Amino acid sequence: MKREYVMGNGAIALGALAAGVNVVSGYPGTPSSEIIETISKYPQQGLHLEWSVNEKAAMEVAASAAYAGARTLVTMKQVGLNVASDPLMSLAYVGVKGGMVIVAADDPGPISSQTEQDTRMFAQYCRIPVFDPSSPEEAYRMIQDAFVYSEKYHTPVLFRPTTRICHAYASIEVPEQFGVHTYEGFVKDSGRWVIFPRLSYANHAMIEKRNPQIGKDFSSYAPNHFTGKGPKAVFASGVSYAYAKEYLKQYPDIRLCQIATPHPFPEQLALACLEGVEEVLCIEELSPYVETQLLQLIGAHQLSVRVYGKLTGHAASSGENSADSVAQALSGFLGTAPADAGLDLSDMPALPLRPPVLCAGCPHRASFYAVKKAMQGKKSYFCGDIGCYTLGNAMPLDMVDTCLCMGAGITMAQGLHWVDPQASCFAFVGDSTFFASGMTGVVNALYNEADMTLCVLDNSTTAMTGHQPHPGTGRNMMGNVVDKISIENTLAGMGVKKILTVDPLNLDAAVTAVQECAAEPGVKAIIFQSPCIAISKPTGKMQISEKCIQCKKCIRETGCPALITIDGKVSIDESLCTGCGLCSQICPVGAIQ
Amino acid sequence: MNKDILICGVGGQGTVLASKLIASAATSCGETVHSAETIGMAQRGGSVTSHVRIGREAFSPLIPSGSADLVLAFEPAEAVRNLRYLKTDGMVLCSSVPVKPTTESLSDTGYDGTEMLAYLQGKCRCLIIDAQSLCAPFGSSQYFNVAILGAAVGAGVLGLDAESMLQEMERKIPAKFIENNIAAFRAGMQIGEAYGIK
Repeated sequence: MKREYVMGNGAIALGALAAGVNVVSGYPGTPSSEIIETISKYPQQGLHLEWSVNEKAAMEVAASAAYAGARTLVTMKQVGLNVASDPLMSLAYVGVKGGMVIVAADDPGPISSQTEQDTRMFAQYCRIPVFDPSSPEEAYRMIQDAFVYSEKYHTPVLFRPTTRICHAYASIEVPEQFGVHTYEGFVKDSGRWVIFPRLSYANHAMIEKRNPQIGKDFSSYAPNHFTGKGPKAVFASGVSYAYAKEYLKQYPDIRLCQIATPHPFPEQLALACLEGVEEVLCIEELSPYVETQLLQLIGAHQLSVRVYGKLTGHAASSGENSADSVAQALSGFLGTAPADAGLDLSDMPALPLRPPVLCAGCPHRASFYAVKKAMQGKKSYFCGDIGCYTLGNAMPLDMVDTCLCMGAGITMAQGLHWVDPQASCFAFVGDSTFFASGMTGVVNALYNEADMTLCVLDNSTTAMTGHQPHPGTGRNMMGNVVDKISIENTLAGMGVKKILTVDPLNLDAAVTAVQECAAEPGVKAIIFQSPCIAISKPTGKMQISEKCIQCKKCIRETGCPALITIDGKVSIDESLCTGCGLCSQICPVGAIQ
Repeated sequence: MNKDILICGVGGQGTVLASKLIASAATSCGETVHSAETIGMAQRGGSVTSHVRIGREAFSPLIPSGSADLVLAFEPAEAVRNLRYLKTDGMVLCSSVPVKPTTESLSDTGYDGTEMLAYLQGKCRCLIIDAQSLCAPFGSSQYFNVAILGAAVGAGVLGLDAESMLQEMERKIPAKFIENNIAAFRAGMQIGEAYGIK
């Protein structure tokens, strides 16, 4: 054994490797992406690893491999589980043979997501078990247990860390070498692997009988436990358990119960903890899941216990918990001293805001600018999508009118066209998002005869989540060089008649391409091709000559962070400038070279 | 040892390497360490923090308010933004060089860091480090991350010695950059030592 200081996502990856995982698939999404990236550093004979095209594909790849008895791992962020929910809902009925663990990382806050959805609720909805680790160390052990429970009950299981588990670091003890699980192989049995209404009915009954058994089993699962005594109890789940422990270290006698497997709920353990208890405070993030479970349990057993939490306003109903917010809730509940608040900062000066912006030299800025210039004065709608380019909404670009979910921009541009046929409707989609869930939207536009211009912002990577490869990059996670899937050929194959590929950093050519596409009816596409600045070398630094008339048009129109003012004069921040040259093409007097 | 160290700055300043060096040096010394980073959208030109917690008594990944023994700030406003984490008798080491928000050229707020530095000095025990002159010999402000670690070691507030920090640097920093990094670390140490003597 050796000690490794790893990120929570690394601990999850190493735990899966220690369990001998055979197939790993997933789609990048903060805060889950580093799990697959860590596994790629430990290539094993008999281990297949892939970034799938989207979460649904990842789920299905892993499901059939698990039918064959292989141990499989699927990773995604919480909203990815929505994409994968179609196969998962059915898979919950069919079940698996080899252990199958689905990691869906929740993002309370949300810090970098669209929703504050709770994967524990998803597990309850799917009727499958879910594990909820409270630290990276626990995640490492728990994911190994998750494989065991999956095999014991022949069911896929969910594993839901949150951002503060995924991105926290801790030391764990791992084996010097990993091996892979041996499995039987796929055994044909259509009565088991082909879902039909009759099978669903039979398995639904089986599942409802099985889940209370799992709940009983979970009641003696070590991470579900309580300490302390007295008439007041604190129930906590996930990282909130760690925050509660942090505050309660000065009050070791207070009754504290960790719920590490929220579904099926470990009722026997909870009942044991509730013995002699008069009041309970639930500390959890996202939904009031544990709180609702306890209310049900207390009702069913006609116990006289008051339950406080999100539903009673004793804990915040939205947003992320912190050591501070949990300490505050606990001191209120227990009547104990509030945590030391530190210095009095009531006289703090106003702080500068640092909103996220597109990087200096980002080709997306040039693409947005070209469309903006080309469509100036014309009624247009700009439907955005998920990725770095969502930041195109910020001033001064102001080029994202809608953003909903992965791939939605393409289809939403069509909806706007049908209600306002006079307007020009644009959809902006990144290359990775195009493959993930953009393609079907293009087919929809063609089939239904919509008028729209698709702008593919092709920067040759999945930038937002940390530069993962995708089908258009010609590399995969097995370390192989593969044929690049051409976006242009894909669109042409679908039947898009007008496809223009331009370099967005050539402003005139880009503006002309947009005008040409906008003027034609039907479905048109522009592929703005220029690599992400984080994966390419800067081409040089721009210089501002004395010809500059200080009109600041470059700053006002691009908002590039490399354009700054020093003593009122426009200057280039050479530590940021990549030499993209967009500003030099905007300057009315040719002062930037 | 129980020690909570908060590192803060602006995305791209090298705060992550600083936190990794502290965490691995402490781990090598047999300490239990937990840390956490801000990752994702917040990284792009935004405020970033790393929480490093040394000792068995740290359960949560993030430092509770009023608990940090030490704040290592790479930027004056970021020091103030994170001051709530500092213990009343804790210490702040802070770069004197302001980083203007990337949106500053669009909407000029006149931010130059001076108000922040004055606030820090009136509020807590702090050592303001002139990062510009400190890093000048090395040609890049990127060396400030090891310099501030050197200053914390020199002032005797990091709880780790120079030897163990230098060992981790040799391990974690690519060979072609190591010489400048060691020099920057030592330059920081001198500043810390001078402060410690005062």
